[in-house]
Amino acid sequence: MNFAQLKKSSKKISAGFPVIKVAVLCDFASQFLVQAFQGYGIEHGIKYDVFEADYNQVDRQIMDPTSEFYAFRPQFAVIIRSSEHLLKDFYKIPLEQRAEFAARQLAHTGHLYNTIVSRLDCKVIMNTYPEINDRVFGNFGAKVKSSFIYQIRSLNLSLMDLSRSCKQLFLADFNTTIGHSGISNSFDPKMYIHADMVYNLDILPYLVKDIHDIIQAVNGRFKKCLILDLDNTVWGGIIGDDGMEGIQIGDLGLGKAFTDLQLWAKELKNRGVLLAVCSKNTEAIAKEPFESHPDMVLKLSDIAIFVANWENKVDNIRNIQSILNISFDSMVFVDDNPFEREMVKQAIPDLTVPPLPEDPSEYMPFLKALNLFETASFTEEDLERTAQYQVEAKRNILQQSYDSEEKFLESLQMRSKVRPFDPFIGPRVAQLSQRSNQFNLRTVRYTEEDIARLASSVTHSTISFTLEDIYGNYGLIAFVILQHADPETLFIDSWVMSCRVLKRGMERFTLNKIVEAGKHGNFKQIVGEYIPTPKNGLVKDHYAALGFQPLDNNRWSLQINDYPMEETKMFIQAK
Amino acid sequence: MDHTAIIRKVNDIFIDVLDNPDIVLTDETSASDIAEWDSLNHIQLVVAIEKAFKMKFTSKEIQSWKNVGEMCKAINEKMNA
Repeated sequence: MNFAQLKKSSKKISAGFPVIKVAVLCDFASQFLVQAFQGYGIEHGIKYDVFEADYNQVDRQIMDPTSEFYAFRPQFAVIIRSSEHLLKDFYKIPLEQRAEFAARQLAHTGHLYNTIVSRLDCKVIMNTYPEINDRVFGNFGAKVKSSFIYQIRSLNLSLMDLSRSCKQLFLADFNTTIGHSGISNSFDPKMYIHADMVYNLDILPYLVKDIHDIIQAVNGRFKKCLILDLDNTVWGGIIGDDGMEGIQIGDLGLGKAFTDLQLWAKELKNRGVLLAVCSKNTEAIAKEPFESHPDMVLKLSDIAIFVANWENKVDNIRNIQSILNISFDSMVFVDDNPFEREMVKQAIPDLTVPPLPEDPSEYMPFLKALNLFETASFTEEDLERTAQYQVEAKRNILQQSYDSEEKFLESLQMRSKVRPFDPFIGPRVAQLSQRSNQFNLRTVRYTEEDIARLASSVTHSTISFTLEDIYGNYGLIAFVILQHADPETLFIDSWVMSCRVLKRGMERFTLNKIVEAGKHGNFKQIVGEYIPTPKNGLVKDHYAALGFQPLDNNRWSLQINDYPMEETKMFIQAK
Repeated sequence: MDHTAIIRKVNDIFIDVLDNPDIVLTDETSASDIAEWDSLNHIQLVVAIEKAFKMKFTSKEIQSWKNVGEMCKAINEKMNA
């Protein structure tokens, strides 16, 4: 969508959309950027309630504790500073200090960030600087520490380092986005001279997408799975017709285009995105290249779920979704065939189905430019996710061969490590809090800093749960945060569980631990609350099913003395 | 393209950018006649006109226009230059 369309969208009706409060502070004239941002939100079902700071008021708004910025109480503070103003600041300082310009800017940025997060519970989004070169030193600037290009490039890297240590700071990588279009295609000299606007209208939709993508990912809406078609998507040609020697990968024909796509998919898998295959093929034939073609980058071990049959793709994708137990809007389906794409898109509107270009050589430039796989966290556990889901797929098949659920659960020999939050488990708890949408009773999102604070809070008890069984180790799969609401009442502030471990008695096991914590603290009752979202219908009857009595407004209570702890049959042992 | 055709095309751009289907431009129309035609929208109008007619104006030219007629005259001159 171009700017004019986004501007019109910004005026569309947004009643019923989730509202996110965002403060936008820019050092240039930001009116068009804000219009485009609000329009982009509405096109994606989000109403951005925006506070737009007056022109070039970044420092004042942040430093003054009584400013409109703080009064607005945004959930996100978006601070966009331009290379053009950076250059002006650079020219202002004495020559002998220029080699330290980036370091000073970074210190100032760190100060802005710390000031915001000390006064406000919000996330901060800043930009990297498009690397404009004033050409004062020509190409030689790369060798001169006091040149502007040296300092701006160094500042970008320092900002990335800063964002690594500041958990609430996220960078919108404008340098990459503008690099893609080219600085000359993103800048209108007339708009800059007349109105101090540093981005032209053509680039704005891409920049606001960067901001929107980050906000969505931070709020737990991001892609977790890439479903791939095979023929003419993962390789050129049709495996059933062309055979192993005829399909194009590696050096054969257009092979490079398909190899590039495989390399990219493999990198995504390494980052923790699940790969699934959905192909109209005979399974054995479709698997053959994965097993024995020397040029295949993707192997069977990279694929969490492999579905190749002659059923329709809609049913197959639904099947993949039910095994992975993640929502359709966190999945991407890549298929070269426009007919299949259309059919799937019609049947499953929440699924992302990019309209792949006809020419395979354009697949990768197209897919990369979409920035489909924004994320807000990365931990070591992401690396193991594929293996965990492969086990899950196997278990689904195995479950059908047991005549009773109890026997099946017993056969799993499940064990759980139960412990309060600590520095090791903290980042994983934060990640689970951000990723989980379905089994999440109140959908409160916590950052690592929040979790660390709760771990040492005297008015809270925290419990984390890992799980392992005969098939493998799932790592952290659930946590609860219990608030000491009053001397008699333990309030379940958060109860979150990974959907991978549904239907294993984990809910009951968790409740037992909550009751134990309640008894330990001499509480009389436990109160839970269900806050409905479009995604957590799964746990609508959660508290009723566990024997809680209804209070009011989706609140439930359980009397600790009445709880039949010993009678509940457990299939999980505490480690 | 003659002056009338140019003003018609410019009229369509105004309707689209200012999101007001009732705009009817004449040579004498100026920013004070159209509520939505403020300095911010003026920037967007110039960018849209430059795109539609595949031409670039200088800052000086843009500042010299007093009304739609002068704007269209500048477009005409550039097309025939």
